[in-house]
Amino acid sequence: MNRLTLIGIVIVLILVLVAIFAPWIATHDVGATNLSIRYLPPSSEHLFGTDSTGRDLFSRVIFGARISLEVGIVVVAVSTVIGTLLGALAGYYGGWLDRLISGYVFNVFLAFPGLLLAIAMVAFLGTGLNKLILALCIIGWVGYARLIRGQVLKVREYDFVQAARALGAGDFRILLFHILPNSVQPLIVQASLGMAGAVLAEASLSFLGLGVPPPSPSWGVMIEEARDLSTLQSAPHALIFPGMAIALTVLGFNFIGDGLREYLDPRQRAR
Amino acid sequence: MRSNLKYKVLGGLRRVAILLLVAWTVVSLVTLLIELVPGDPAVAVLGEQATPEQFQQFRQKHGLDRPPFFFSFPRDASGERHFEWHGRDNRYTDYWRGIVKGDMGLSFRTDKPVIDLILERYPATIELAIAALLVAVVIAIPLGVVAGTHRGTWIDNVASVVALIGISLPSFVIGPMLVYVFAVKVHWLAPSGRFHWSDLILPSLTLGAAFSAILTRMVRSSVIEELGEDYVRTARAKGLSENVVIYKHVLKNGLIPVVTILGLQLGVLLAGAIITEKIFGWPGLGLLLVEDGIGKRDYRVVQGCVLVISMTYIIANTLTDMVYRFLDPRIRVS
Repeated sequence: MNRLTLIGIVIVLILVLVAIFAPWIATHDVGATNLSIRYLPPSSEHLFGTDSTGRDLFSRVIFGARISLEVGIVVVAVSTVIGTLLGALAGYYGGWLDRLISGYVFNVFLAFPGLLLAIAMVAFLGTGLNKLILALCIIGWVGYARLIRGQVLKVREYDFVQAARALGAGDFRILLFHILPNSVQPLIVQASLGMAGAVLAEASLSFLGLGVPPPSPSWGVMIEEARDLSTLQSAPHALIFPGMAIALTVLGFNFIGDGLREYLDPRQRAR
Repeated sequence: MRSNLKYKVLGGLRRVAILLLVAWTVVSLVTLLIELVPGDPAVAVLGEQATPEQFQQFRQKHGLDRPPFFFSFPRDASGERHFEWHGRDNRYTDYWRGIVKGDMGLSFRTDKPVIDLILERYPATIELAIAALLVAVVIAIPLGVVAGTHRGTWIDNVASVVALIGISLPSFVIGPMLVYVFAVKVHWLAPSGRFHWSDLILPSLTLGAAFSAILTRMVRSSVIEELGEDYVRTARAKGLSENVVIYKHVLKNGLIPVVTILGLQLGVLLAGAIITEKIFGWPGLGLLLVEDGIGKRDYRVVQGCVLVISMTYIIANTLTDMVYRFLDPRIRVS
């Protein structure tokens, strides 16, 4: 296996463990402010130092992993299920359904920058974790649907599908047991890159003040709180640690997605 | 030949139809989004303490007292919902009539025409996007070519890892870090604003960085693909130097898909500009959207910004498509 893929898997594994065991790993209360210890540099007491209100950055970064993973997993799971369902139906049956989904919906979503749509929805719906997840699912499913539709269109014509039909298998059986299992490989790549995208989108929206509201230790919120000039001046670590957390997480999922893509697509594999 | 023309005309018509359909959807979406606001927009803007007269006046001025769509399902006296037809006299058609005349309504906060606010900010965003595009191209093409021509070597690996890191580092991390280094530590550049030409440097680097990473990967795989083509073997067999082969032949063909990506990524750039503008207080559409629009619950401004950003994106995509067709005659017909 590719070395980078391995690094990606290690990063993601650590992230998952950190998210699960956050209450045991964190050394301090994530919300406890103490102005007498603001802007402390990293030390053995505060591993990542403290922020502008004296909160322990290490504990906040640790709990931030939960928010990131929660958003990523829910968004990718929901988008994959909806996208696979609609993409498979459009690709298999064709006709007006396909014209509606691939001819209209895909074009509209392609024509709209995803982040802008999420921003617009959150702007009108109001902020909060659930609304953020809803917005990201609404923009997320289309990529999976496009992918599966293309796969189904291709696999549908294979001989084994004709054989199954000749043996009397119904549409549902053909789609579920013959076409889909042979179409999902690229979906795994897309899901892995989708995790990276969702984590990034959550942090971006929270940074803009449109995602998870401030007291929560979302990495995006932490960066927004750390970027005013006085905090930058006295505590650059308040920016660097959550920034590194986001970058490593996104990098991990990107490494896995890239490795899988190369593995599944021999043309891209290095000779 | 005739069928060729037929395909061209049909293809063109299809494209125009899709464009119109997409534009209609975007405008409809933007118009109807305001119905999603929980509670009453008038209360959200004026606050709970305003008098009934103030609410009434506000609703009248901004057309909020009128029915939202051709029909609605209001509750009657007994609390039951029933169907009611309003005809052409509704907010949806109002917004359309306004758009056709270039009128996007008045700002809920300042009563200024939204179109004026947008036109005032638009040049700054375009300036930032173009500068970021230039940054990305200047970084990505040499890096991608070097990585692609040295495929599998350590040079390629380093370039690829740098590109992946660039993709993974979000602009709201790179941006404040650049501010820390160049504005807080060494005081070479201003941390925010748009007063001097040098104020463009940090925002365009920030916005261009992630984009250049995507582009590097694109250029690399494109170069690798082209290097496997027969014409490259022919060119080498003719005794052309490797530089001529790469820069005159490979790059010329390899850049075609890159142009498409450039155009398609413009949306990413415009959406990314929203974040970059917020980081650097760059007075463009993004800042108008986030601070004046969403921050002050000025829904008319939000509608206008979303509309203009998406339309810019749609038009840029269409132009990209045309350039792509022009560059590669093979795809003109199919």
